[in-house]
Amino acid sequence: MSTADTTLEGPSGDATPRWRQTLSLLAKNRLASAGAVVLIVLVLAAVFGPSLVPYGVNEQDIASRLNGPSGAHWFGTDDLGRDVFSRVLLGARVSLQVGVIAVGISLVAGTAIGLAAGYRGGWLDAVLMRLMDVLFSFPVILLAIAIVAVLEPSLFTLQLAIAVVFTPIHARVVRGSVLSVREDVHIQAVRALGASDLRIVAKHVLPNVAAPVIVQASLSLAFAILTEAALSYLGIGVQPPRAAWGADLQASQGFLASGSWWMAVFPGLAILVTVMAFNLLGDGLRDVLDPKQRSVIESRGVT
Amino acid sequence: MTGFVLRRIGQALIALFGVSVVVFALVHLVPGDPIRAALGTRFDPEIYQVLLERSGLDQPLGVQFFDWLGRALTGDLGVSFRSGRAVTTELGDRLPATLLLAGGSLLVGLIIAIPAGIISAVRQGKPVDYAASTFAQVGVSVPDFWFGILLILLFSRTLGWLPPGGYVSLTEDPVEALQRLLLPAVTAGVVTGSILTRFVRSSVLEAMQADHVRLARAKGMPERYVLRHHVLRNAWIPVVTITGLQLATLLGGIVVVEVVFSWPGIGRLALDAVYGRDYPVLQGSVLVIAAGFLLINLLVDLLYGRLDPRIRS
Repeated sequence: MSTADTTLEGPSGDATPRWRQTLSLLAKNRLASAGAVVLIVLVLAAVFGPSLVPYGVNEQDIASRLNGPSGAHWFGTDDLGRDVFSRVLLGARVSLQVGVIAVGISLVAGTAIGLAAGYRGGWLDAVLMRLMDVLFSFPVILLAIAIVAVLEPSLFTLQLAIAVVFTPIHARVVRGSVLSVREDVHIQAVRALGASDLRIVAKHVLPNVAAPVIVQASLSLAFAILTEAALSYLGIGVQPPRAAWGADLQASQGFLASGSWWMAVFPGLAILVTVMAFNLLGDGLRDVLDPKQRSVIESRGVT
Repeated sequence: MTGFVLRRIGQALIALFGVSVVVFALVHLVPGDPIRAALGTRFDPEIYQVLLERSGLDQPLGVQFFDWLGRALTGDLGVSFRSGRAVTTELGDRLPATLLLAGGSLLVGLIIAIPAGIISAVRQGKPVDYAASTFAQVGVSVPDFWFGILLILLFSRTLGWLPPGGYVSLTEDPVEALQRLLLPAVTAGVVTGSILTRFVRSSVLEAMQADHVRLARAKGMPERYVLRHHVLRNAWIPVVTITGLQLATLLGGIVVVEVVFSWPGIGRLALDAVYGRDYPVLQGSVLVIAAGFLLINLLVDLLYGRLDPRIRS
């Protein structure tokens, strides 16, 4: 059953709006709820972090450098005597920011391309989708590296690179959904009534492709945060001394030999928890909204 | 069948052409003069002139592109701005390391995924199924480089069983080569394995629901026999496909693992080229990896067409 059918055949006259039905279904999925709770905590940490953390992210205390976890420093201190807990907590800021902006850009661009290609069809479809195929032919990290290589490494470049990498995924999802609703009876009906293309797309097509897009966005956020962390680890993403999980892990590798395990363990754990939260939420949303869709990682493997 | 093969090869060639346009465009999107940027503080008008002529950057754009493409097709990818060696030679030096790591990782992934996927499908809903699902969920969420760092921390720094990184070729010293391969291969392999586990599980589950399997069971055939002769025979077709595609993904994502373990592969080469603004090397390595990625995808599709006749139509 396509998403269009569910919308059309939804209980008419039912007072509960669809989004509330979705939320209550989602709340029954324990893993997805856990993911949502973790994400709320992370967002709060990112927003209020600076006033919560016990130390400044770049506050150095050379005398107590490379100290293990203790009451004063829950996650220990790094090679410059900075508090690892504070850096991990504030690392959420940059990760979430890059993830949200990058996925946001790719969502807008991908949806526009997918709508145009799917609704117009013909040569426009062929050209746009071949273009997307080319972008899709590059392994993710490699394409991002190439883009960062051309522009200077900066937060903006990083977001742009990740956005470019993710655009084809959204474009494909949207195009596929548009194709499946384009010839629906109700769309033919409004077309027969003389509605303009813009109106049809905005009022009738877009709401019907929203579900897969929302699911894909959540799963993309997981993958985008992993990509950001990897690029920052490689030294071409977020640059030190700014607190970022990937970059801090890069720094930690120089101190493994001296046994400073806490520098390596905690930032990575933060990435794992964040990415898993987005994945669980995305899987839950998919089960509720769009059971047929596959995850980003799976769809990259399959197409 | 021939139509399918030709169409699919055509698509791959178009994509490859598009990839080469992008790779070519890379250097031209660099703000300012790439050679000047590459030379940086070591600027010397004579070297500059030599590099400019060799790279052909003084020619019109269209001429440059077809020149570059023509030479690339004959295996000439230009000369490194840094080492002065042919890019093809640089790539050739690094390729065995990358292939060894990709092969090793895929092997680790399969060793994990095949038993885990089959067992969790057969014992659907049992604790072992949940354990496998949890493993798969953690596996797709874990940053591979962090997992690698943890392995180094445990097996190299704490226990002292294995070296923390570096590469020795198989022909030089097979035992040490495998010792050094183990940690990086497990790092990339566990992530691959967790994705494969999901596919093996769903593929086996699907095959278990087929009518002929139910018939075999209804006839009273032993469960083990049904599994081996009726279920797994059908389940392996999609698994072959996914495995091939995972190899392509591995090839592209291996950069990070190569960096964690100081593994001198093509990904590492590409990254060093970024740091050093060595654009010909960057172009060459991106082109080779992307072409490999396309080639594996093509082969997998063709193989799938052979294995499953329904796809060809």
